[in-house]
Amino acid sequence: MESFLQQVVSGLATGGIYAALALALVMIYHSTNHLNFAQGEMAMFSTYISWSLINAGVPYWIAFFATLVIAFAGGVVIERLIIRWVEDAPVLTVVIVFIGLLMIFNSVAGWIYSYDIKVFPSPFPDQPIQIGTLYLGPHDVGAIAVTLIVLAILFLFFRYTSLGLAMRAAAENPESSRLVGIRVGRMLGMGWGLAALIGAVAGMMVAPIVFLDPNMMAGILIYAFAGAMFGGISSPGGAVFGGFFLGVTENLAGSYIPFIGNELKLSVALVIIVVVLLVRPSGIFGKVTVSRV
Amino acid sequence: MDGSAAPLLAVENVSLSFGGIVALDKVSFGVEEGQIVGLIGPNGAGKTTLFNCLTRLYRVDEGDIHFQGKSILKLPPHRIAPLGIARTFQNLALFDKMPVLENVMIGMHSRTRSDFLSNALRLPWVGREERAMMDRATELISYLGLEPEMHRRVTDLPFGTMKRVELARALAGSPKLLLLDEPASGLNHKEVEDLIGLIREIRDQRKVTVLLVEHHMSLVMQVSDAVVALNFGRMIASGTPKEMQEDENVIKAYLGDGSA
Repeated sequence: MESFLQQVVSGLATGGIYAALALALVMIYHSTNHLNFAQGEMAMFSTYISWSLINAGVPYWIAFFATLVIAFAGGVVIERLIIRWVEDAPVLTVVIVFIGLLMIFNSVAGWIYSYDIKVFPSPFPDQPIQIGTLYLGPHDVGAIAVTLIVLAILFLFFRYTSLGLAMRAAAENPESSRLVGIRVGRMLGMGWGLAALIGAVAGMMVAPIVFLDPNMMAGILIYAFAGAMFGGISSPGGAVFGGFFLGVTENLAGSYIPFIGNELKLSVALVIIVVVLLVRPSGIFGKVTVSRV
Repeated sequence: MDGSAAPLLAVENVSLSFGGIVALDKVSFGVEEGQIVGLIGPNGAGKTTLFNCLTRLYRVDEGDIHFQGKSILKLPPHRIAPLGIARTFQNLALFDKMPVLENVMIGMHSRTRSDFLSNALRLPWVGREERAMMDRATELISYLGLEPEMHRRVTDLPFGTMKRVELARALAGSPKLLLLDEPASGLNHKEVEDLIGLIREIRDQRKVTVLLVEHHMSLVMQVSDAVVALNFGRMIASGTPKEMQEDENVIKAYLGDGSA
């Protein structure tokens, strides 16, 4: 039983990271109607920035928040310089731009920092947390807490502030938004900034687990995709749920289904994507979109 | 126009063509403060096109549009609402996924000041401003009889109710000029009757000048102080509702001139 609970907790820790990244994907999806394939690499790059800061002697939490600011600014810049120009472009153009961004971030990171695997520190203490007979990994618990806090702040921001409302409005209906005086371009830029910020949190929380290298987000992004698909790409709450669900499923499947182990873990995500697309394409919480023909 | 002061809205020689098609051809008219002006004309006459010029969705080729004495043609679309111009759409342009309350609150955007940092940090004035927004939105919702639907998603509502939500959103920005694009379309007889009273009330109690595009002639004739008629992008007549009903050009535009 204890080991089961431990597996659940460490599943929730990685699940929180998938959830955060899935939420970033959903946010971009809402404004562009496309999946941002570069979301993972943007997160990886942010993590390298915080690694540089920490290595330069900046205390962890200062580096953490500085990275969030840099990631936000980076997201805004990407939207301004690149995405804005392909807003109305055909799907394939946008997909190619996203893949291009992915490759640029990946190779620039490799060029600057090399492809050697680096150790990324965890801000949480080393001793396991003991609850009764249950021992929990401190980084797992800390990562869950950090992602939950970030998700809660985002929820409150989008739900209860006028700016959050304006951002949702701009993503849903740009024309109407302009008519009530919303600066749509600025809102979309901020959406990218926030998505990049969430990604940076995910990157910094996952790096101590998977170690830091330019390809570290590849598998995680696939899980985030699966989480977003599972919960419903049109539903932010669903994507978060999907992320957590996938983290736990992956971990339990890896430990209790003998033939899956570590090697087939990633396939679990892909199988889930395929099954969701076949059975319920709009996800569990997603809305079915109907277009008139 | 006989007023000595400049009208609230002045459309001056506005022309616009799409490729070779002339949508508006030197259209000029004014709307005095406190008036209700009806804009009529057969389908394709350029009425909605003119609205789109007023809200800067379209770029005018020639001519000028003045609001409170200042040209609005140089302004980007998001600067129009803060001036005090609000509109509704023929086919509705609501935020479908959001509840009625939020749709109305969005209408107040141009009246809010909080920037990103204040919002992110939840500084005290954000909370104050949000409460004020909420109060005002609730007031408008009850004014338009939408309380029972306040927390329902817009897509789940009947068409007539959606039109009232859009009206509430337009009023939420405390406009000086309200542009209504076919407010009566899709409404039943009773709803049209209510609408006539409502438009007058909005003008009288809320001091909002109204310019409306409408096909429903009896509504236009009952509610308007002045009527402007367009056909093929040209202004063919303007005057009081009574004058318009007797105007030869207007009758021809609607019924044909018999020689064809």
